[in-house]
Amino acid sequence: MRCDEAQVLLHALLDSELDAGQMRDVEAHVAGCPRCAAELASFRELRTRMSGVALNYAAPDGLHRRIEAALPVASAPALRAVAPSRRSLLKGFALGTALSAAAATGVVLMVMRSDRDQRVLRDVVSAHLRSLQAEHLTDVPSGDRNTVKPWFNGRLAVAPPVVDLTAQGFTLLGGRLDTIDGKAVAALVYKRRTHVINLFVGRSASAEHSPLRADMVQGLNVGRWSDQGLSFIIVSDIDSGELQEFHVKYETAVRAGA
Amino acid sequence: MAGERNDTAQARRFRDAALPHLDEVYTLARYLLRNVADAEDAVQECYLRALRHFDTFRGGPIRPWLLAILRNVCFATHRQRNSGEPQDAVPDDAVPLWRDAAPTPEALMLRAHDDETVRRLVGALPQDYREVIVLREINELSYREIADVIGAPVGTVMSRLARGRALLRAAWLEAEETVR
Repeated sequence: MRCDEAQVLLHALLDSELDAGQMRDVEAHVAGCPRCAAELASFRELRTRMSGVALNYAAPDGLHRRIEAALPVASAPALRAVAPSRRSLLKGFALGTALSAAAATGVVLMVMRSDRDQRVLRDVVSAHLRSLQAEHLTDVPSGDRNTVKPWFNGRLAVAPPVVDLTAQGFTLLGGRLDTIDGKAVAALVYKRRTHVINLFVGRSASAEHSPLRADMVQGLNVGRWSDQGLSFIIVSDIDSGELQEFHVKYETAVRAGA
Repeated sequence: MAGERNDTAQARRFRDAALPHLDEVYTLARYLLRNVADAEDAVQECYLRALRHFDTFRGGPIRPWLLAILRNVCFATHRQRNSGEPQDAVPDDAVPLWRDAAPTPEALMLRAHDDETVRRLVGALPQDYREVIVLREINELSYREIADVIGAPVGTVMSRLARGRALLRAAWLEAEETVR
């Protein structure tokens, strides 16, 4: 790792935003580079100093009251109603600034993105639960990657990387086809002790590598990343540490061509 | 009517979800607009807009959604005021990430400043850096959430945080000298 990369990534390290692999890389660089080590220590101190002061502001009571008054409580005017009721809703607000079209578009785009995000999360979690309930865990039950990988040929437009992680504590149970966000994807099934891990592999919109992003949905841990035009989503009831471990071991094995 | 009942129920859901974050929304508005009256106006406008668009909100964390609306309102205020970008906008590469000399152990010791001084230092940062610093250090959003709020890739969030903190540290050390 070069110093200029480390200079940026050490902040992500401080903010706990790195996956285990990146964390190791940054720490290894810092261990051998006094200048970056000094920077890390300095920014850690800045963080400590900042956490010692109150930087937030409390909204004035008057503002709180005005906003509350404008929100309907019981027999309130309808929101999507005709002009008169909207005007009565507006009354509590000082007539604020009009938004430009560009600003409004920004809101819509953001909403759409989070919308799709939620749908994907919901889909993978139901697919995971379905696979456990319906006794339809695998279409091709096999612990042999040379059986599982070719099975997807002709069934999907992508070739999911299938790796054997038995030595690392994750046993391959097989694979099946599933649907996420209306698209056919590969589901690879692994087992850790008594826990089932579903790894969904589909086509990604970008060829870029993105680090692991963890969420929790309905008590299940979900991890997402993408690499080389494929997007990966893990769902399991293993804890987030083990999920991260799976991600690191899977990626390492794929890179090694194991 | 059933439609009205639904709208009322929705307004109540909005209130329960959004009102608890009023202080946080107001805090971001104060740092973005650096003016009490403008901040209050922007927060009111933000809640009004958020309520109107609440039917497009599909769950998940509400804070990034709310803060993104606030940010758009603040920028519209800026545009109206200045008919252009905020005047202190600085291109990313204009701010050196590196300080020229390697920091000596003495230079690394940062004195404690009081609340007011640190607020002033954060408030004096250029817009692009100020907002990511506030969203991260005060609102405590994740990088992904910050990226959603400012509508930029996570990589941009990371590099702006790095430069923003470097600027803040420089300002911090400078403020120490004037105190001494």
